[in-house]
Amino acid sequence: MKAPERYYDFQKDISGCGVFGVIDTKRGLIPGQVPIDGMACMHDRGNGLGGGFAAYGIYPEHADKYALHLMCDHQQALTSARELILKYFEVEHDEPIPTRQTPVISNPPLVWRYFATPRADCPADCQGLPEEDFVVALVMKINTTVPGAFVFSSGKNMGAFKGVGYPEDIADFFRVDEYFAYLWTAHNRFPTNTPGWWGGAHPFTLLDWSIVHNGEISSYGINRRWLCENDYLCTMMTDTEVVAYELDLLVRKHGLSRRMASKVFAPPFWDEIERMPDKERNLYTALRMTYGSGMLNGPFAILVGNKDGLWGLNDRIKLRPLLVAEQGDKVFMSSEESAVRTVCPQLDRVWMPKAGEPVIVDLEA
Amino acid sequence: MSTTTTSTAVLDATGQYYKEFNEQIRELVRQGVTEFRLDNVNGQRYIATGLEGDFIFEINGLPGQDLAAFTRGARIRVNGNVQDGVGNTMDDGKIVVDGMGGDVVGYAMRGGAIYIRTDVGYRVGIHMKSYLDRRPTIVIGGKAGDFLGEYMAGGIILLLGMFSDKSDAPITGRGLGTGMHGGVIYVRGNVPEHQLGPGLRSRPVTPEDMQVIEGIVRDYATELNLDAEEIFSESFTKIRPFSHRPYGNMYVPT
Repeated sequence: MKAPERYYDFQKDISGCGVFGVIDTKRGLIPGQVPIDGMACMHDRGNGLGGGFAAYGIYPEHADKYALHLMCDHQQALTSARELILKYFEVEHDEPIPTRQTPVISNPPLVWRYFATPRADCPADCQGLPEEDFVVALVMKINTTVPGAFVFSSGKNMGAFKGVGYPEDIADFFRVDEYFAYLWTAHNRFPTNTPGWWGGAHPFTLLDWSIVHNGEISSYGINRRWLCENDYLCTMMTDTEVVAYELDLLVRKHGLSRRMASKVFAPPFWDEIERMPDKERNLYTALRMTYGSGMLNGPFAILVGNKDGLWGLNDRIKLRPLLVAEQGDKVFMSSEESAVRTVCPQLDRVWMPKAGEPVIVDLEA
Repeated sequence: MSTTTTSTAVLDATGQYYKEFNEQIRELVRQGVTEFRLDNVNGQRYIATGLEGDFIFEINGLPGQDLAAFTRGARIRVNGNVQDGVGNTMDDGKIVVDGMGGDVVGYAMRGGAIYIRTDVGYRVGIHMKSYLDRRPTIVIGGKAGDFLGEYMAGGIILLLGMFSDKSDAPITGRGLGTGMHGGVIYVRGNVPEHQLGPGLRSRPVTPEDMQVIEGIVRDYATELNLDAEEIFSESFTKIRPFSHRPYGNMYVPT
């Protein structure tokens, strides 16, 4: 399950893929069956080599603890990861992630979850780190140093569930139908350039960020090197990972708004910048010059979830489909309208966002 | 002497996988059925794809990708929106969508007509071409995304910009007709010069153009129950390449 030898020879993941997201802005709980049925409708956008879900609001009883989801190849990996986690974290509760035996999911990893907070008396290498940096550092440490172990989710009151299979089968395995969340993202994968493996399925997550992606990040090489300079190590053998870490860097660490981060990912063209009024022209010129290495080239439709809400974005010439639909307090984002109609036949409004223009839907406080 | 009665086959698509659903349609076609009403369609791909002949379809719901791809002659009415790739490489026939269109409507279309009531996505009419007496036509009642008529080699695109969900958006995105070397794009009202792809120019329409537009608009208005006069209440602009072969010298200058 760990990235194979010479994983860096694998460059990127060209995909058909399907994405689906739904948010209830008033934090009404949406059953897991909703994203499952949406994804099942887009079954043919994937090929059975990756499916996954991210759910927000599913751990209210541990809402102030980091929920670490761990997948391990074998018992030894689980034991080693546990030792490391206990050294660095105060664990309030831990348990196997509930799963179901299903005929189609073969050879799954061992999956475990911890609800934990950083220890004040942790080993010296993490002493004094701000809490969230501490968690990021530990995720990177486990993913790069514990053979056979992967942290695939590390946010508060949220969790990712993903693996190799069609999304509806992965949902069956992880019992996704038993969760209720106010925000869901989901993914159906069609990997072509890189292997389909459990850790490489979407969503990719870090802290409470989760991302699902249809497309290909052609700029993966430069993005990865830039992230490396900023202490993010790409270990997942697929391009989408860089988006998760860039989100953390741009929004959490550098304090950019999600809208500005969107303009780093999908900047306006230079000819458009030329036509802007002075203030905008200066802003977008500065943004492109400062964050040129963070720009995402290539086709993408991405959905991002975090504690604030749901955020959809296309590449700037819209090489992948994305549709937004609204119904009451709910907003859906999907590769295909049919997936939305499957779970919500009557919609107030359906529209396709403009290329490079983010659609940001916030949860009410 | 046998009598033939025209009867419409009614199929319910609820919960049906696209393969089985299309097999049912094919089987009925083999039995001689020419008229279909498809109810509760939701995301089933390839409906009426590759059909040749004078078929009539009424589709209630939301057909999936590549509706009527490679079709030759079918007349299809969709009461609702459509997804991506409607009329992909279609050869002849007519598709009327009483709703919104997705990306790449009429991709490489070679004949027939596609009418969309409201907005469409990106790259609509990409690689459209005409051949002998075939002159494909796309009419868009709302607004279009970027690269409308990209690499267009023939046929007509008529963009009205009237029945749109996007009040603030320009009538078309950037790169209108990028790489276009044949055919014509008519736009109701004007298009800012910077939205045009390279090598193109926009001009007011001529009386001959207006004759063509009038014929198309009247048919479009009839099919979608719209007021043609309202559509004519504004002038039209015509977008064409500067020259006969704008890219003739691009790779091997003569």
